Amino acid sequence: MPRSRMVFWIFFAPVIMWLMLLIVLPLCDLLTMSFRGENDYGDMVWTLQNYINFFDEPIYWLTFVRTCLYAVVTTVIVFLLSMPVSFYIAKLARARVQGALMIMLLLPFWVSELVRIYGWMILLRESGVLNFFMLKIGLINKPIEMLYNDATMIMGLVYTSMLFMVVPLVSVMESLDDSLIEAAHDLGAGQWTIWRTIIIPHCKPGITSGSIVVFMLVLGNYLTPNLMGGKNSLWFTEQIYNQFIASFNWNQGSAFGFLLLVLSSLIIWSGLKLTRQKLGEVAS
Amino acid sequence: MKRILVFALLTVFALAGTAQAETLKLLTWKGYAPQELIDTFEKETGIKVEVTFSNNEEMIAKLRATRGAGFDLAQPSQDRISYVQKKYKLYQAMDYSKLDSSLFIPSMLSAVKANTLVKDQSYAAPFCWGTSGLIVNNDKAPGVDSFKALIDPKYKGRVSYRLKRPTLIAIGFALGYDPYALYDKPKEYKAMLDKIAETLIEAKPIVKNYWANGDSLLESMRSGEVFVAMAWDAGGWKLHHDNKAIDFKAPKEGALGWIDTFAIPAKAKNVEAAYKWINFMMKPENSGYFSSKEKYATASADALKFTEKAVADNFARSFPQEVINNIKWYPPVPAKLESMEGKTLDKIKAAN
Repeated sequence: MPRSRMVFWIFFAPVIMWLMLLIVLPLCDLLTMSFRGENDYGDMVWTLQNYINFFDEPIYWLTFVRTCLYAVVTTVIVFLLSMPVSFYIAKLARARVQGALMIMLLLPFWVSELVRIYGWMILLRESGVLNFFMLKIGLINKPIEMLYNDATMIMGLVYTSMLFMVVPLVSVMESLDDSLIEAAHDLGAGQWTIWRTIIIPHCKPGITSGSIVVFMLVLGNYLTPNLMGGKNSLWFTEQIYNQFIASFNWNQGSAFGFLLLVLSSLIIWSGLKLTRQKLGEVAS
Repeated sequence: MKRILVFALLTVFALAGTAQAETLKLLTWKGYAPQELIDTFEKETGIKVEVTFSNNEEMIAKLRATRGAGFDLAQPSQDRISYVQKKYKLYQAMDYSKLDSSLFIPSMLSAVKANTLVKDQSYAAPFCWGTSGLIVNNDKAPGVDSFKALIDPKYKGRVSYRLKRPTLIAIGFALGYDPYALYDKPKEYKAMLDKIAETLIEAKPIVKNYWANGDSLLESMRSGEVFVAMAWDAGGWKLHHDNKAIDFKAPKEGALGWIDTFAIPAKAKNVEAAYKWINFMMKPENSGYFSSKEKYATASADALKFTEKAVADNFARSFPQEVINNIKWYPPVPAKLESMEGKTLDKIKAAN
């Protein structure tokens, strides 16, 4: 074996080992586990029951549908909020301000998600900061509970995932030629037409990759729905956790895990099909 | 040069293997291993204690993932040991000759032995006990004495409980069932769970949140956001210490009694240290210190002598003899129930 090949393998081996031992093997183990289950006599046998349970039991698939819908809603809100923000950063702000703005967006991510969520909870709770000030200035006469409902939960999700939309959008917008917008203005196009026919089509790859990341992050989030959503917020990830930890049913839990993987990939694939894009173009 | 590098690497590996002091890996609940006691233990025996905080469900899941390796001592509740042992063989039989049995309250030791019996061998020794009942803010919600308060529209938005099996059992008692009697009748148990689910789903507008973190529950009771909560007695007493209006109340259906234990995982590396830690913790002065600090009563025979008076008063105030007689001690949970309960809990949480 030539020397360079050997060196290549020496450096490549840790990567392969890491991939195989820590990612591929455990996933294979989970996959086999998801097809095992107890029969009526308590023996372990091969079965599809874990997957059938998901479709049979309305709680399970309704939770999944609910989680997906909320993830889509969150993604749309994140998109609507990120568009003007990114446009301002990429096109309107001066170079120095641009850097400062990006750092301000990044700053909250220097602390963990858990800390940020608890921060929100301190702000919003009944005896929290926001209620205190609203009472002080006489806006309300008794504290209102702002936590533990769907609107707050979605706000929390939007907050935690906005950065992942802004960054790709800023980078695609920077490559947009300003003269195109100027030309459109000169030819009499309105604001809306410029957005619809020039900016958005140009940003398409950024929008798609941002949306995919945000959608997946929200779908797989566990902390935010659990802490901010409270009593009505059964998230699909929590159901997986419950199967593993509370019911000791690892087989059912791994089946749910794979269903999450497959179904969310399907949703993204159909989203790409609908908008006639290819994953390769988006990723590049 | 290369040789020196290899040599250096080898020495590092060799040192990493030997330089480690003897350690005890403890898997337990928050507060069960106070730092002061860990320091004393290290001074007396030279053994370092590494503590991992957990709860019943996660303890079982963690040990199951490694088939009982990774920890030298765990502290599950006594009712969650025998079926787990039967099914997954997570623990090794306790060698009671290595325990100083004079340190234990005899009736508790024998009760735990009986409840963790699997194939002629027992798997645990008692550590501390307590109850789940109500923590009530008597200024805001006077006269609460029943688990029914948790589903009472009078306290809308001012109620909090965990969405875990103790709540199901409590509501079962409140609805007039005897859940423990139904443990070995899965069909009837299922019917009871359905009824409980229906009740709790209907009561959803009443509950403020399902608490998951003891500290944050105490915080919302302290700030007056919550008037009635289902929680552990020690939490109520901690609040009582700061605010006399808030106290633990054993409901008239009977407080739910639990005993947390010591159990040695099947593949524990340092079994000797585990027995040393058990005997150390059960010494009256150490148990007394733990009780004073964390407000839980222990199974140590003479600990009360070393417990602060204020803490001893808690027991006298909240547990007169007839209340103690009415405590509903958890019997060992049969295997099939947990998945049924899991589904019920999911159903309650998912409902709108």
